[in-house]
Amino acid sequence: MASSSSYNPPCAACKFLRRKCMRGCIFAPYFPPEEPQKFANVHKIFGASNVAKLLNELLPHQRDDAVNSLAYEAEARVRDPVYGCVSAISFLQRQVERLQKELDAANDLIRFACNEFPAVGMQPTAAPQAVMVAEQRPVELNGRIGNERGGGRFYQTPGVPFPYSNDIYNPNGGGLMDGSN
Amino acid sequence: MNSSRCAACKHLRRRCPSDCIFSPYFPSNNPRRFAYVHKIYGASNVGKILQDLPVNCRAEAANSLYYEAYCRIKDPVYGCVGMISILHQQIYNAQCQLARIQAEIAALNTQSQQNEPQQYQHEHLGNTSAPIILPDQNGGSNSTSFYDLSTWFD
Repeated sequence: MASSSSYNPPCAACKFLRRKCMRGCIFAPYFPPEEPQKFANVHKIFGASNVAKLLNELLPHQRDDAVNSLAYEAEARVRDPVYGCVSAISFLQRQVERLQKELDAANDLIRFACNEFPAVGMQPTAAPQAVMVAEQRPVELNGRIGNERGGGRFYQTPGVPFPYSNDIYNPNGGGLMDGSN
Repeated sequence: MNSSRCAACKHLRRRCPSDCIFSPYFPSNNPRRFAYVHKIYGASNVGKILQDLPVNCRAEAANSLYYEAYCRIKDPVYGCVGMISILHQQIYNAQCQLARIQAEIAALNTQSQQNEPQQYQHEHLGNTSAPIILPDQNGGSNSTSFYDLSTWFD
């Protein structure tokens, strides 16, 4: 009777693809057999060969995070085939915008209070924080949320502008605001 | 008729039929759009996704697919999940700063009530005794996103 001590069950990917899970399978470390849905989603949205290509282009220590982010995007796309995880980004962008407005309002109030009543900050009994407020500039979130030109409504990561701020759909050279189209 | 091929059919080097699923969303004057989407998802997967959607949703789906593909090409490890992480961090930072400013304003209010015989008034407030009031912060702490990101940020 052959020993089965070295038997490794096929990974979820090879199980799904109905093929032998070879030693050195690119998917095996990241798609354990206990999580079949993870690979099923990734395969449905990206395709096995695209995922393999993506993983092969990364260093081994990057692949785990890459697979997790792909799995997240795939699941989001399965749940929301129209927007995928872009809807979450849109939601968070709106939160950031709302918070920026609140910060601006708060900063205006601080400035008003400091300008109108400078004596408040100079009373000997004034709390230290009141003096600090009179002296320091109002805090702003990272300088400004939005682009450097001050007109952006949404946070823009370097090189990855969000296309949904103004022009929702402009396939003719539009879509992204960075002119990369 | 070659000049009327959409970007997808040009990229795939095939004839562009009149009912091509890609042509309304991948026009020929924007080849990069389809190139990115094809690189990440593959043409057949994109076609299947679009095919399964009602026609009025396909434009938005094509846009979001392009955006996600663009993010993944720019950041092959995290894709647009990296942006979600950044936004969460920004929201957290903003809430901390807002809480700090609110505390400073509360301190100013307290100080003015202690030191001034009359309340200072904001020009928008008619009541002479009304303190500075910030608009309510709806949702308080990070509002629930659509998807469970808890395992991602552990």
